[in-house]
Amino acid sequence: MSFLRRSNGADSSKTRVGDPNIEKDGAADDDKKKDQCKIPQRRNYGSKKWSCWDNCCWFIGFICSIWWFCLFLYNTMPDSIPQFVTMAITGPLPDPPGVKLRKEGLTANHPVVLVPGVVTGGLELWEGRHCAEGLLGKRLWGGSFGEFYKRPLCWLEHISLDNDTGFDPPGIRVRPVTGLVAADYFATGYFVWAVVIANLAHIGYEEKSLYMAAYDWRLSFQNTEIRDQSLTRIKSNIELLVATHGGKKVVVLPHSMGVQYFLHFMKWVETPAPRGGGGGPDWCAKHIKAIMNIGAPFLGSPKSIALHFSIEVRDIAALRAQAPGLLDKDVLGLQTFKHLMRMFRTWDATFSMIPKGGETIWGGLDWSPETETVNNSAKKGTDNSTRNTGGNGNICDTKGVNYGRLISFSKDWAETHSSKIERVDFKHVAKGDKLMNSSNCDIWLEYHEMGNRAIKAVADHKVYTAGSILDLLHYVAPKLMARGASHFSYGIADDLDDPKYDQYKYWSNPLETKLPNAPDMEIYSLYGVGLPTERGYIYKVAPPSDCSIPFQIDTSVDGDSEDSCLKGGVFSGDGDETVPIISAGFMCAKGWRGKTRFNPSGIRTYNREYKHAPPANLLEGRGTQSGSHVDLLGNFALIEDVLRVAAGATGEDIGGDRVYSDIFKWSERINIKL
Amino acid sequence: MASVLRFRKLCYVESAVKCTSVGYESFEIDEKLDKKEEDVLSANNFALEINKKRKQPKRQPKEWRCLDSCCWIIGYLCTTWWLLLFFYHCLPVTLLRVPELPGPGVRLKREGLTALHPVVLVPGIVTGGLELWEGRPCADGLFRKRLWGGGSFTQIFKRPLCLLEHLSLHYETGLDPQGIRVRAVPGLVGADYFAPGYFVWAVLIENLAKIGYEGKNLHMAAYDWRLSFQNTEIRDHALTRLKSKIELMYISNGYKKVVAVPHSMGVIYFLHFLKWVETPPPMGGGGGPGWCAKHIKAVMNIGPAFLGVPKAVSNLFSAEGKDVSYIRAMAPGVFDSEILGLQTFERVMRMARTWDSIVSLLPKGGEVIWGNMDRSPEEGHVCDFSKKSHSKTSLTTNNVNNSDVKRGFLVKDLANYGRIISFGKPASVLHSSKLPTADSKEYSRTSTSENFNNFSCGEAWTEYDEMSRQSIQNVAADKAYTTTTLLDLLRFVAPKMMRRAEAHFSHGIAENLDDPKYNHYKYWSNPLETKLSDAPDMEIYCMYGVGIPTERSYVYKLSPNSRCKSIPYQIDNSVHGEDGSCLKGGVYFADGDESVPVLSAGFMCAKGWRGRTRFNPSGIATYIREYRHKPPTSLMEGRGIESGSHVDIMGNFALIEDIMRVAAGATGDEIGGDQIHSDIIKMSERINLGL
Repeated sequence: MSFLRRSNGADSSKTRVGDPNIEKDGAADDDKKKDQCKIPQRRNYGSKKWSCWDNCCWFIGFICSIWWFCLFLYNTMPDSIPQFVTMAITGPLPDPPGVKLRKEGLTANHPVVLVPGVVTGGLELWEGRHCAEGLLGKRLWGGSFGEFYKRPLCWLEHISLDNDTGFDPPGIRVRPVTGLVAADYFATGYFVWAVVIANLAHIGYEEKSLYMAAYDWRLSFQNTEIRDQSLTRIKSNIELLVATHGGKKVVVLPHSMGVQYFLHFMKWVETPAPRGGGGGPDWCAKHIKAIMNIGAPFLGSPKSIALHFSIEVRDIAALRAQAPGLLDKDVLGLQTFKHLMRMFRTWDATFSMIPKGGETIWGGLDWSPETETVNNSAKKGTDNSTRNTGGNGNICDTKGVNYGRLISFSKDWAETHSSKIERVDFKHVAKGDKLMNSSNCDIWLEYHEMGNRAIKAVADHKVYTAGSILDLLHYVAPKLMARGASHFSYGIADDLDDPKYDQYKYWSNPLETKLPNAPDMEIYSLYGVGLPTERGYIYKVAPPSDCSIPFQIDTSVDGDSEDSCLKGGVFSGDGDETVPIISAGFMCAKGWRGKTRFNPSGIRTYNREYKHAPPANLLEGRGTQSGSHVDLLGNFALIEDVLRVAAGATGEDIGGDRVYSDIFKWSERINIKL
Repeated sequence: MASVLRFRKLCYVESAVKCTSVGYESFEIDEKLDKKEEDVLSANNFALEINKKRKQPKRQPKEWRCLDSCCWIIGYLCTTWWLLLFFYHCLPVTLLRVPELPGPGVRLKREGLTALHPVVLVPGIVTGGLELWEGRPCADGLFRKRLWGGGSFTQIFKRPLCLLEHLSLHYETGLDPQGIRVRAVPGLVGADYFAPGYFVWAVLIENLAKIGYEGKNLHMAAYDWRLSFQNTEIRDHALTRLKSKIELMYISNGYKKVVAVPHSMGVIYFLHFLKWVETPPPMGGGGGPGWCAKHIKAVMNIGPAFLGVPKAVSNLFSAEGKDVSYIRAMAPGVFDSEILGLQTFERVMRMARTWDSIVSLLPKGGEVIWGNMDRSPEEGHVCDFSKKSHSKTSLTTNNVNNSDVKRGFLVKDLANYGRIISFGKPASVLHSSKLPTADSKEYSRTSTSENFNNFSCGEAWTEYDEMSRQSIQNVAADKAYTTTTLLDLLRFVAPKMMRRAEAHFSHGIAENLDDPKYNHYKYWSNPLETKLSDAPDMEIYCMYGVGIPTERSYVYKLSPNSRCKSIPYQIDNSVHGEDGSCLKGGVYFADGDESVPVLSAGFMCAKGWRGRTRFNPSGIATYIREYRHKPPTSLMEGRGIESGSHVDIMGNFALIEDIMRVAAGATGDEIGGDQIHSDIIKMSERINLGL
């Protein structure tokens, strides 16, 4: 486009300068004849009735000129004007926390380690197939997604892992981007860590005291060490940070899945080599001041179930209901879902997000920690009246919702009391009743090996809790789960001293590992509340077709009342839109609080909740008080807490617990041996 | 037509500046495509342009019609352009790509080479990216954006003065000014491309990736190249980080030693590192005496500036190089015009003089290495680079022409390279006995300050402003300076800068290397004042291009204008030698890679460290690998796959192959030992240095 302006500008200035160029005049003479032929024509009827084509050209030219003019103005405008305009509209903006705290005299003290979560870290190509030629070193994930939107299948091929090994397929090497750029912005303009980094910089942080522990978030945690030595690198870098800062311990900020990754790291680093990092039993005590977990899915997230089961979440399901054909279109050969599902299922890391702790944590058929047990009121003498009046903090009316049933087939089964449900065991139903022409499906999915009878059996089981959901996944995707089960575990340990818990697959499950022996360390759980978060799903069997995914969220199901928790086939609970409060808060509220068997050295824990407030106006962008899973990283209150701790404050200094939700009440309802 | 195109190109730059600002990245892509499409469209445009030209005069009589026509033309162009763009994007990606030359990576992979030793890349001066971490209000919105290198230099065009301010360091301390923090961009992106499309390390990285290198065994040791080497450690812990990175790579790659690949100034930076790492703390890294032997397999210096570069002299003295002075001669007003308040040179010089690192590149070794008034190791060098066969005849003719300065039977027009700065051509060719033997130190600075009061220029920009007219002329009266007296000269014209920088760098030759004073870090980056570490299994390579005229010494003159805040000296580009002479535009050329003369790049490996010498007590093996420059044969080759020029050599396939073979485990003898095209051995022999 600039080309046009260039030639335009060149031309006008040319005439202005008016230096007679011989060559050009000569050429112009040649063209004179042509013009003479043309111009009279246009004079005759051109001025009155231009052809449609001319009008189009005129219009486009007009728009372009105005656009360029605006662009020019925009670019020549001093940078302070947009700020000024913002100020005029919204009134003086509050100082970002970094500026504010700097005025208070805070300066950089402890080095800071950032651990990005799933999806937000960038991946780049180091070796690719033929179709990705010339893209070496370009980002496959994160950044602008620049080159790859043009070749989606190529992209899918490269971003997927090998379904058997969980590593790269042969001939493809996709590696995490390193450095702060790895996860400062996910896509252009969509910040992840950028705001935190900017505010840290205000109080004096810079590259040398910040470290982004980038890792390949597709791999299972131990595999990042096996393939990339990521854990060794984190260990070495933390040691370096401590050494170059005169022995000051690091403050770690893991986000989302990074929380579990860092849990894994802490266990790994103290385990003797060769299985672990060989840092010795007091490595964490010596190197880590505090772990400030942001939006921590300690116990997993129900979203991952829907993703594993049918590659849907609330938004996608709604979209699908709106335009049923769009995403499923076979005509264009798109089959987006199936492609995505296949890709998604090769990522081991996603297994880490499956809800952990089974029915003890997530609730059984008839109870869940978030709900009053109406039917079975013997549990506690809670008064419903106060709850209803003071229940303004709730997302929706939780009365009678069986959050424990993570998946139910039809609304009835979601609501009926368990004693009235007859469940058919599906595990013994043999598979292999193949759909007649499943061989036509060019995309391999384990669903195609199931057959109709098995699908029916799954649906007949009617409801699944956090415990039985694992059986279900094992049934529908046995290979996948076998791979996942060798890296992750979802149970609760009875005896933590059992030597089997030395195995790395337990390290990322807080209910199956002990925290390190580091009494001076602090663990924070910082998470947003006040947003509806997926907590359970209502499924239906999809209309049978050859190669589709046989289960779908039943988006037609809505709750009876306005503020019902059930909307579009999804039961919502309180949380940050991705992680329910119970997963983010339980460990710090109860599991690790005080000296428990999971926390033998009595590491202090703090719960800090941030109530979601939507951005007041458009100019605020994604909001400075947001509580949603990723936008939380731009929440000023959270950043202030982080900065204070990084500058040396303890949990007590910044105010200890700050809780809006009923997490403590809910935690009490969870009956777990501590 | 040609002028039209040139004019358009000018405007193109302008529009590029305007368009590629905040968030309009897509435009950049468009512009790139632009270029490619230019030829295709040019014919099309030409007709349209003429149409337009013919219509514009009609603007007066019928205002609306002309506007309409303009709109129509723009619309027409737009539509055509979009259509072409659309077609371009529709074409399969493989069809349009320039058929890539099969790089050495592909070939060596077929041979079965795989990644073995981890590789550390050490970038040189200027090529590393710098980003902003804290700045003045004028740099609002540039947080963590590149100020230098890497992406585009858009911001520099938008707010040049602001950027100059941010890139300058504190004149007294050589560290950041108050309230400004500019830091090196870490990671491979720090120096893979200097500007879009202008590769530095990218080609090498790409080829290494082909045989299996990736983030975990490839590391870019980015550092702030403006700082003195020890200051990078003091401010950024850059050396500690490099040490930790090398140790980590050594461990995580199965205890394989590291191959270091420094480039240009990175060479002496890495030399500094090698010494630093074995020195006990607090001054050093405390790695112990065996650290290098344990962790480093080979140091493959590319375009090494071991003994400095003469370019640094002209840069510090008058902020010029041969290209700059040429432009200045062509358009005397552009850079100097005061109307725009530009004073580009003065500002650039002011910035460059705050950078300690440039001082590290001043020629080292004094007259012993670089030659004195009447002789230099390159003596007898023939400068007719293009046609070697004719050199004999041209030499004889010169001989006759310059009979007045003939001395015995020696060919006399040969450059006196030893005189690194001479004022006026006669001073550069006359025998030393005929030159006035004044010493710049005689003119004391005290007398200058008196005169200084006569014309006050307000704020002093460069230290030249503190000198009087008289002392400026006195400097010029001295006629010629060798490398040794040059340092005195610089100390005289810029005493503060030299005091600051000489605390970090030394340019001499050690008499006795065991003297405890040589434990100080200021000697570590000078190969003539340090011993190599005790690592007999290590290998040192000197890999550099030859066959390009390289600046070696300068003919200066007093600058004609005498206004305030100007630089009083400039290269006298009116001075030319006869055909085949080494003197062109006031600059004497010698063989080299366009920036570093062969002497500086090759001497240490050819003689200084060859065998067991006092500089190399453990007898580390050294290899010289020279690459003869061949200009790219076709446009498709871009900057050439056989280039020998200082930066382009990083895309030289032969060099890349050598590096890859060594990285994959080969030794220097296996890749063929020395490979010499120049006279470096002969030159080294002429240098009389106690070993």
